[in-house]
Amino acid sequence: MDINSNRKYLIVSIFVAVSIVLLIRLFYLQVIDNTYKEFATSNVLRKVVQYPARGLIYDRNGELLVYNKAAYDLLVTPREVKAFDTLKFCSLLDITIEEFRLKLKEARAYSPYKPSVLVKQISPEKYAVLQELLYKVQGFYIQSRTLREYPRPMAAHLLGYVGEVNRATIESNPYYESGDYIGISGIEKSYENELRGKKGVKYYMVDVHNRIQGSYLDGEADTTALIGKNLISTLDADLQEYAELLLENKRGSVVAIEPSTGEILVLANSPAYDPNLLVGRERGRNYTVLSEDPVKPLYNRALMAQYPPGSTFKMANALVALQEGVITPSTSYYCAHGYHSGNFTVGCHHDMSFTLEPSIAKSCNAYYVYVFRAILENNKYNSVREGYEAWRRYMLNFGFGRTLNTDLLNELKGLVPTSDYYERFVFRGSRWRALPVVSLSIGQGELGITPLQLANYTAMLANRGHYYIPHVVKEIEGQEIDMRFREPVDSGIDRHHFDPVVEGMAQVMQPGGTGAMSMIPDIEVCGKTGTAQNPHGLDHSVFMAFAPKDRPKIAISVYVENGIWGSTYAAPIASLIVEKYLNDTIATSRLWLESNMLKANLMDPNRVIISNGTEE
Amino acid sequence: MAQRNKLWANIDWVAVMLAFGLMILGWINIYAAVYNEDHSSIFDVTQRYGKQLIWIGAAVLLGMVILITDSNFYVFFSWPIYGLVILSLLLVLIAGVEINGSKSWFVIGGDFRLQPAEFAKFATALALAKLLSSYNFKIQKAPSVLLIAGIIGLPPALIMLQPDAGSAIVFVVFFLVLYREGMSGIILFFGLLTILLFLLSLLTENVVLLILLFTGSILAFYVLNPRMKLALSALGLGIGLTLLLQAINLISGNTIDFEWIVLSGTVISMIVFFIYGLKVRMRRAFVIIGIFFAAVLFTYSIDFVFENILQAHQQARINELLGLQSDPLGAGYNVNQSKIAIGSGGFAGKGFLNGTQTKFNFVPEQSTDFIFCTVGEEWGFLGSLVVIGLFLALLVRIINLAERQRSLFSRVYGYSVASILFFHFAVNIGMTIGLMPVIGIPLPFFSYGGSSLWAFTVLLFVFLRLDASRLDRLV
Repeated sequence: MDINSNRKYLIVSIFVAVSIVLLIRLFYLQVIDNTYKEFATSNVLRKVVQYPARGLIYDRNGELLVYNKAAYDLLVTPREVKAFDTLKFCSLLDITIEEFRLKLKEARAYSPYKPSVLVKQISPEKYAVLQELLYKVQGFYIQSRTLREYPRPMAAHLLGYVGEVNRATIESNPYYESGDYIGISGIEKSYENELRGKKGVKYYMVDVHNRIQGSYLDGEADTTALIGKNLISTLDADLQEYAELLLENKRGSVVAIEPSTGEILVLANSPAYDPNLLVGRERGRNYTVLSEDPVKPLYNRALMAQYPPGSTFKMANALVALQEGVITPSTSYYCAHGYHSGNFTVGCHHDMSFTLEPSIAKSCNAYYVYVFRAILENNKYNSVREGYEAWRRYMLNFGFGRTLNTDLLNELKGLVPTSDYYERFVFRGSRWRALPVVSLSIGQGELGITPLQLANYTAMLANRGHYYIPHVVKEIEGQEIDMRFREPVDSGIDRHHFDPVVEGMAQVMQPGGTGAMSMIPDIEVCGKTGTAQNPHGLDHSVFMAFAPKDRPKIAISVYVENGIWGSTYAAPIASLIVEKYLNDTIATSRLWLESNMLKANLMDPNRVIISNGTEE
Repeated sequence: MAQRNKLWANIDWVAVMLAFGLMILGWINIYAAVYNEDHSSIFDVTQRYGKQLIWIGAAVLLGMVILITDSNFYVFFSWPIYGLVILSLLLVLIAGVEINGSKSWFVIGGDFRLQPAEFAKFATALALAKLLSSYNFKIQKAPSVLLIAGIIGLPPALIMLQPDAGSAIVFVVFFLVLYREGMSGIILFFGLLTILLFLLSLLTENVVLLILLFTGSILAFYVLNPRMKLALSALGLGIGLTLLLQAINLISGNTIDFEWIVLSGTVISMIVFFIYGLKVRMRRAFVIIGIFFAAVLFTYSIDFVFENILQAHQQARINELLGLQSDPLGAGYNVNQSKIAIGSGGFAGKGFLNGTQTKFNFVPEQSTDFIFCTVGEEWGFLGSLVVIGLFLALLVRIINLAERQRSLFSRVYGYSVASILFFHFAVNIGMTIGLMPVIGIPLPFFSYGGSSLWAFTVLLFVFLRLDASRLDRLV
């Protein structure tokens, strides 16, 4: 043909070479490099988390204690934000422009492509206005959330509160993501898994303008949100409210248990706070205020305060002595204004001999020193130390010195010292004797008992020998509560030993007994007063009781700090709560007592201490 | 009747089917790119795939009309067609409608748009074929070169006035045709060298380029005249002179930029070589020295052109391509999204209508210039391979057909067709994967749009018509 026809090959070679270059580049982009696939996913997929409503909490009578209200979080995807009327936006959201810019900057630092929360928990009213504005503004979204609300502001410590999950939890538990809510204390925390339900995730595909174009994989990857389970608590709302009312202006706590089940009817602390304070946008600020308050409203005394039990402890020693066979109900000891051994004296107020029942009714100290010595110096054991260890085992059986394994968190162990403790700090290698530890006989000294433990011990006495682990949740919607709450825990004391002890407790509430002032007309109450020695100030008023004597329906412990004698504050308060629970109303003959208790202000720094001279 | 049968038998059906196959694949991808569940009927003419179906139907009709037209028609009417297109390119500057900043379109009846630039390639190919095949035409003669330059240069010059640099730059590809028809290979070499220099001058510091050019020149000289001592002394002179100048500069307070020192050093050395070359009558050295000076001049003029003549968006696109300025949300947005779409396709693709990036409009111009994204995303590397394979097959087929022509006119025209298709194919796909700057030119037979589809149909089918009657006559 012509001389240049060979040039065809160069031209075809260029075509082939360029095609190969394109193919190599395509192979690299499509097969080798995976980053573009990730970009594509982040381009197109929007994950929308659906937050289920948290379970509701009812009281034992079906009254609503905790429910949800709607709130809205404003999210921002920084990349999509275009210029807009910032001023109007900020004034609606109650934030300054500087704050807004800072938050936007933080969000951008986190990720320009992913949404982050800009303003949390916007009220439904504001949301309505905001919605109108958002139509015109790009890059902002609303996510609806639920917040807790409490129709009756009570039982704050018991119910606990909900807050944003912290970093440590996010790292240890894959369920939670930044910004999620989690129960932080109380029932909210211990029943978190039941209450929270299950978050749902919906994947949407969006177009370049972030408009939703449909579900991803026809929804195969989506999960539906499961609403949290409702709980029926064991609490009696009316009784709880009454207890909190009686505790007003006092420091202390009330724990009431249904002995036949271990269900906690009342768990009241004072000072307390309104649980509505720890909800929503104000939570952080309010929490700081509460935690800095010198009266410690956040302190859950019922579970955490460890007081010496005082004379309420005497029945425990009596029971151990009976079980060990070192006394009988008719064993008698003489009280000569106390117990005397050489220079050692434990003071008391009597000059007479006591058998078991009156020793409880009159709360004789000397009697229990003898009893305690008899326990520790039991010939059955080789030494006092072994006697002490045997005694201590009973105490643990009664639920002292250890946690009860309730469904409440932050429960403290209290204190019943080990023999090692006394060896190290008291005997230091010398021979063990009973006298140096004898204050334990009357519930003083190195003892720390929480109000909950005291109430549980009362329930054990009410049941004559066993208790059910105290718990606050009666029913979980469609689910059994833990079996451990259904099985009685044995005290290790034979049932018949309880009869004289209970009889003594009944006499406490009869004329001549230390709690007679708090006698309820037509209800046979078994109680015991106590005074917890307080090295920091006035002694604490302690009282425990169960009623009725036969088939008890309620066991209660009351601590009133700085209330001095059990009979002055703790016993009247306990008796009023018992009466309210059993009779639903306070007898007219006792209204003066109720009014006195309601009026009593032990937190007034100028309070005048009136001693009525009642001895314990 | 016998004549007709002979015509149908002589048509190259392989090329026809390849082109038709590309159209169908293109349509499938346009359907996927603009797919909308509310308008899923393929005949929905409110949607682009519906319209494209009409354009394809019309293109098939057009192809048939071309095939039954006498082949001599195109030979005889080459000049009038060229003239008509030049006229329309002038007219569009006056009567055209401005879309996206360029006056490139005639709008007829509100909806129908025509882009004369698309047909300018066809007309230029005809005119070039006519010119090169005219009796006693010698490509090497100076007047011929001017004529060729005029014919090829006029349409892009007019297109630049619209302005539409993308459509204008396509005409560069006629160099391939001229090369085939006897243009010196050196011109092709210089063309490639120019492109290389252009890229390098923007990519690197001028200092580096100067040093490269200087050592390159000496290396070229050594290849032509292998005398080690001479080459080394030349290199030594250049380095020594530059270092001396820099030393003086440093002593006198470092007032002059190092670039100017290197420029002075190398230029003075080259002048010294030139004088030495004159003395010993070494003519080859003059060529190299000449190239060196031309290259230096070119480099400095590029900087000038780039900063003073190119528009901001063109600068940005070139910068983005060369990686000088990465702004994935600005100038690079298209390419970035396009790479994401294609890259996310993987080996086998996401499947028909499952391409999220294209379906949800992350890629702009996805049914026109960026239609290859849909191929890459939904059909993966395999799909890309098929499309590139089909294009390459068509190109090679056209070259082979061109080579079997007895008529020079047909061969030149055939090479023009192949070159134009090649340029569009290489640049279009290259830009979607970040190998080429984003110049808005369509993928032949593939991209949405009546004008480009018909223009390529006319371009190709005229050649197939010429090929069908290759045995009839010799021009």
